[in-house]
Amino acid sequence: MRFAVPVFPGSNCDEDCAKAVREILDRPVDLVWHKDGNLDAYDAIILPGGFSYGDYLRTGALARFSPVMEAVAKAADKGKLVLGICNGFQVLLESGLLPGAMRVNDHLKFRCSIQTLRVENNQSPFTGLYQAGEEIQLPIAHGEGNYYCDQETLDKLEVQGQIIFRYSGQNPNGSVAGIAGIVNRRGNVLGLMPHPERAIYDWMGSSDGARMFQSMLRYWEGMHGAA
Amino acid sequence: MVQPEQQTTAVHVVERVTDQEPTPTQIRDGELFQEVGLNHEEYQQITKHLGRLPNWTELGIYSVMWSEHCSYKNSKPLLKRFPVEGPQVLQGPGEGAGAIDIGDGQAVVFKIESHNHPTAVEPFQGAATGVGGIIRDVFSMGARPVALLNSLRFGPLSNSRVRYLFEHAVAGIAHYGNVIGIPTVGGEVDFDDSYEGNPLVNAMCVGVLSHDELQKGVAKGVGNPVIYVGASTGRDGIHGATFASEELGEDAEEKRPSVQAGDPFMEKLLLEACIELVKKGILIGIQDMGAAGLTCSSAEMASKGETGMELDLDQVPQRETGMTPYEILLSESQERMLLVVEDGREAEVQEVLDKWELPSAVVGRVTNDNRYRIRHQGRWVADIPVQTLVDDAPVVYRTGKEPEAYRQNAGIRVDQPSVDIHPGEALNQVLASSNVASKRWVYEQYDHMVRTSTAVRPGSDAAVVVLDGLDKALAMCTDGNGRYVYLDPQEGGAAAVAEAARNVVCSGARPLGITDCLNFGSPEKPEVFWQLEGAVDGMSEACRQLETPVVGGNVSLYNESKGTIHPTPVVGMVGLVESRQHITTQAFKEEGDLIYLLGETFAELGGSELQLILDGKVSGRPPKIDLQREKKLHQVILTAIQKGWVRSAHDCSSGGLAVTLAESSFDHELGARVEIETALDATTYLFSETQSRAVLSIPQEYADAFQRLMEEEAVPCAKIGEVSGSCLTVEVNGQQVIDAPVKELKSIWEGAIPCAMNASSTN
Repeated sequence: MRFAVPVFPGSNCDEDCAKAVREILDRPVDLVWHKDGNLDAYDAIILPGGFSYGDYLRTGALARFSPVMEAVAKAADKGKLVLGICNGFQVLLESGLLPGAMRVNDHLKFRCSIQTLRVENNQSPFTGLYQAGEEIQLPIAHGEGNYYCDQETLDKLEVQGQIIFRYSGQNPNGSVAGIAGIVNRRGNVLGLMPHPERAIYDWMGSSDGARMFQSMLRYWEGMHGAA
Repeated sequence: MVQPEQQTTAVHVVERVTDQEPTPTQIRDGELFQEVGLNHEEYQQITKHLGRLPNWTELGIYSVMWSEHCSYKNSKPLLKRFPVEGPQVLQGPGEGAGAIDIGDGQAVVFKIESHNHPTAVEPFQGAATGVGGIIRDVFSMGARPVALLNSLRFGPLSNSRVRYLFEHAVAGIAHYGNVIGIPTVGGEVDFDDSYEGNPLVNAMCVGVLSHDELQKGVAKGVGNPVIYVGASTGRDGIHGATFASEELGEDAEEKRPSVQAGDPFMEKLLLEACIELVKKGILIGIQDMGAAGLTCSSAEMASKGETGMELDLDQVPQRETGMTPYEILLSESQERMLLVVEDGREAEVQEVLDKWELPSAVVGRVTNDNRYRIRHQGRWVADIPVQTLVDDAPVVYRTGKEPEAYRQNAGIRVDQPSVDIHPGEALNQVLASSNVASKRWVYEQYDHMVRTSTAVRPGSDAAVVVLDGLDKALAMCTDGNGRYVYLDPQEGGAAAVAEAARNVVCSGARPLGITDCLNFGSPEKPEVFWQLEGAVDGMSEACRQLETPVVGGNVSLYNESKGTIHPTPVVGMVGLVESRQHITTQAFKEEGDLIYLLGETFAELGGSELQLILDGKVSGRPPKIDLQREKKLHQVILTAIQKGWVRSAHDCSSGGLAVTLAESSFDHELGARVEIETALDATTYLFSETQSRAVLSIPQEYADAFQRLMEEEAVPCAKIGEVSGSCLTVEVNGQQVIDAPVKELKSIWEGAIPCAMNASSTN
């Protein structure tokens, strides 16, 4: 299974994501410059956190026009796995690969802390190794993680099992229904505000994020074999 | 390579660039040099150096180069007293940042710098650009920045303007570090009336490089191109260095245009591009355009290279039209870097800069005649001997005078509280003090985990950052106590170094070296100069004894608005953790572990948090420091940690033993049962801030071995209790004086700052 991590000007978690893939999965991973419009060689794409284009205009609003995003849409269409973390989630929303929009945190401040999340759906390619309803610890670090969608969309997300993670206990940004991460209808595109790549060893404060990468690998290689 | 013709005769320099500029004679006759912060004597020196009257552009160049900020003219004689050498030092003071060997061919690069005055008038941008500047200092050395810290001083949060300054300064620091993607892992915040009109924002950056990547800010090789890269030049920040070198007056608000605006996104691109150039090995010299902008970077590079330089200002990327040479040269627009590369390799550099879509231009050439020449629209607008800007900058030898207050303080007793207060009540009050209270409100706004290397996050004694591919890690912290230094500069200066080292040691690291930021009032006041001198002496002695040389730093004088700030030297310390297994935090971890207090406790409440709370001010003498004992303490703590005996280690500082115990309890909400025998009264014992002490928790199976080590090394060591339950209980001489649920204490400690910040903005 081959991973790509697109790098936009202003991405700053690209190396961290690549490190997680290398160290946890021991699979090949390449950083792909945003001007590269071809991701055909990869099975999974991780859109990293950071401040693409300085988050000028709106978070993720400029990155969606990068050539690499056409390739990401194509990959999603082919059923490859797409994981958008933090700024990556914001880019997925702006590009329409996931429904909804992001607002500034309701307390108006950037927040960096380790949060408790509840795994709402463990049937996705990203969460197969978690227990349904399990509480896990993942770090967040964002100023705009206040997920919003209209009632109709929310109802659909709920009914179709697209809400993958919810904040448990304290909601750190005011997101609708405590949403921390959602998938598309098909289930192969996950966007979440917390950072699984920052929680892969106990010394980081939590190692619960490792299973997200392991879940992706198990799902993919279960379907396509270890290639 | 073709050698350019050497110009031995001075070029013809225009008298003025525009009709708006004063002529050289008008400058002399109207004494206009005073407007840019130069005095008569300095003006005379300039005319002597040039052999003629300076024009307005040249005057501007001298004024920023000879400002305290760039030339250290008031502090240079004192800074020479710092020990700057050691077997581990690769680069001492004089470059963008210092560098220390950490083995395996790697080095740590770090520096701290102030951005006090900009923050006082425009807190968000002022603080943000302080962070941006210190990051550039570190990556201009060729290092990859891996961590940020900051040391903040503000007035009391009961003041609404202080809340505004504090909130926006923190947001500015957060914004810059978060966007650029360097974790802000530690630092400190302290509040005191003396900083009300003049807050302190000191930012520190730590980077890592391979020895062969170490860069220098030199211009060498006659004919080599000088390349400008980064943001275009605007009119922002003109005379920022001069502004930083004068007192904040009533008109400070008008100086808002002296404050630069930062763009961390641009700096992220600049950072990646520069690191790529370093890895390619193309650069001969690289220097940040920081204080005094293009002028300072280019002049210093030429001076260090013992060459000369010619710049053509028409080539400088500009974001505004009609800028004069004076404005282009003195602009402090952010996110700019000056490079010198080998002639003919411009295209290779261009390729990297184009990838990152960075504006760049060849703006000049290195010459061999030691002249600093500036051309603008085909005319020469400045022609100055390089060394007169840097090496021959004036030095002011001042003498200090012992302040009246220092003499008076000698007679004030501080061996017991001025008011009778029960230890339990005292603990509640001290934990609620904004100085001691949890700084979570601050550090939660900083991304402290990006780069996934942060092993000890903010809130412990020192932060610890692991090194990729190595078992080693770096511990780092900032420390300084303005109240101690105010009461006794020498003891306070030494204590700042000692506490920083102790913090690093408690995290499992061997202290390597320091960077310092000397925040003081006006050196023209003999009492302030006396403070500066004493603090430098105290710090120097501690650095010598603890073998932590000073590898760089910054001086911020003229910190005055309605009065003089407490003299506040801030120490940024970096230590090396030999193995990740040695990483230690302050938190109690297992019930049944034994609690030991290392070091002796004396009745020392001068300058203490308790004294400040009870009296509303500090007085007397601060705690004394014995550097030999301090060093011994570090050795035994480190040995015990490296042997694997230590579950937690926390140094005793603000708030004394009581606060140390409480803070160790908070992380895992694990209580402690403590019993103490002492000749002192309970409150004095628990809140004294005697130096060279630490509280360790040790698993029972290692207790004997641990105690033996302490006996062998003759370090005073008392078993004072056990980690236990969910309450903190303390008995002194058989009498219970503290008994409180940890949860309750923690909520006081965590609630203080959020509560103060949510106060109505109308009072």
